[in-house]
Amino acid sequence: MAKADSDKNENVIYGQWHVRYKYSVGKVAGKFFDGLKQKKILATYCDKCKLSFLPPRAYCERSFNPCSGWIEAGLEGVIEAATIVTAAFEGLPTPPYAIAYVRLDGVSTALINFVRGLDLSNVERAAERLKPGTRVQVQFKDNPEGRITDFHYVLPPQ
Amino acid sequence: MPKNRVAVIGVGETVFKNNIVDKTYVELAQEAAKAALDDAGLTPDDIDAVVFSMAPTEFMGVNDVEKWAVDSVWASGKPFMRVHTGGATGGSALHAGYAHVASGIYPTVLVVGADRVTETPDAQHVLNLIWDPFYEQDFALNTVTMTALSTQRYMHRYGTTEEQYARVVVRSRKNALNNPYAHLKGKITVDDVMKSPRMSWPYKLFDICPRSAGGAAVVLANEEVTKRRCSRPAFINGIGGMTSTVFMGDRVGPFADAELSDEAEFVSAGKEAYAQAGITNPMKEIQVVELYDPFSSVQFPQLESLGFCERGQAQNLSDEGAFEMGALLTVNPSGGTLCSNPIGVTGLVRVADAALQIMGKAGEGQVAGVKNALSTAIGGSVQFVNLTILGADYV
Repeated sequence: MAKADSDKNENVIYGQWHVRYKYSVGKVAGKFFDGLKQKKILATYCDKCKLSFLPPRAYCERSFNPCSGWIEAGLEGVIEAATIVTAAFEGLPTPPYAIAYVRLDGVSTALINFVRGLDLSNVERAAERLKPGTRVQVQFKDNPEGRITDFHYVLPPQ
Repeated sequence: MPKNRVAVIGVGETVFKNNIVDKTYVELAQEAAKAALDDAGLTPDDIDAVVFSMAPTEFMGVNDVEKWAVDSVWASGKPFMRVHTGGATGGSALHAGYAHVASGIYPTVLVVGADRVTETPDAQHVLNLIWDPFYEQDFALNTVTMTALSTQRYMHRYGTTEEQYARVVVRSRKNALNNPYAHLKGKITVDDVMKSPRMSWPYKLFDICPRSAGGAAVVLANEEVTKRRCSRPAFINGIGGMTSTVFMGDRVGPFADAELSDEAEFVSAGKEAYAQAGITNPMKEIQVVELYDPFSSVQFPQLESLGFCERGQAQNLSDEGAFEMGALLTVNPSGGTLCSNPIGVTGLVRVADAALQIMGKAGEGQVAGVKNALSTAIGGSVQFVNLTILGADYV
């Protein structure tokens, strides 16, 4: 993460890339995003493996079968991994913020999102509250738009 | 058993620095190629095929840069391919070169590449764009935050302390003093690491590798060419690779098939490589490892998954000095990725540095009596892993 040499020592040509995209959502993610608009988190499941997946997938990649259907994930879950970001990365959110992989109740895999509402002024103390095994809740925005950013995680009231 | 045995008969590295302003990108790759050819005593006409090692090209800023590099690495008029598995690229490129020779198709192959990660100030933004735009890209994932997540989980499972990671940094920077090519080097203390600015819990600045510019190359040859050209080659006796789901959230919790924080893909990849190389007790039979370790926390789970010690024990062995130069197992005598990270060739540098130990060409950083050395690489969302076992003799 060292800083670049100062420009005065360099003979350089400057460049920038501007590239625009529109990403096709498809049926599976489309159904998931429609669920978010109704404040529901929908996971796919596989009858053969007895596993359920977030993010949802069309196929169970372990049994090589199409997923059997959809279930509604619990709106609470458990932290599996978390970090508190205090560095400012170009193009990424202004620090500090916390992110965590959370396994929602009834789902086999964990889904990443921000953990909001936690006092991050003391990083060590905040990290103590985000240990794996900690239970968190899903909190939806008032007006979800069908994006993964429609919700985030919060710690339950102490 | 491969059709043809394969050896490293030439190694070339440039110096690794924040930036190398007197050369263009392709001139860096050329410098490495020339150094490896000189080391092997070969000219470009002796090379039958070229494998180009390059990860995302957004750092250096020319899209699909291998086409620009063709002439500089003397690939014009020869079969050529670029290999890309993110951070694991250099290891994968080496394996592609190995397959070229082992299959009997090409007797002599040059594996070469370069990177210059500081050409853009937006490197971690570029790295965020490796996640899908539907579910994961919005959450500030990049190489720092993704490994901070798995490290927090590892610390919780095994009781690792930040100071134990700091000792890895101290050892790496000290080892790098013996490596003329290393980017970061010097005598620092655990306290220096602990006092460096917090980046992403539990990482501080010194827990994180630099962004480096530089190039690397190796020349691979079959048994017949090796016999003619090289009196002390590094024989490639085993390779292994394993790939996991892109979703790190599938690899945490009770339903994971490979635990994220353990880098558990190395268990099966290691077994495959050890079987080829005839290694049954890695800690007794391997003297040097060159681990892909862009963060201070990446060594311990690799050592454990590769069978050098039990789960949760690497941190204690590290504290006791077992991984110092010439100790029970010399870990990263070059200083490793923590001290130099030219991403597109970092995995190749690991192989090159391991080969130098076998060939007796590691200079001030040479470990005495190296019979077997192991190198690793990791890429994607900690999802591509590979390793290479080099020996002083053919198996």
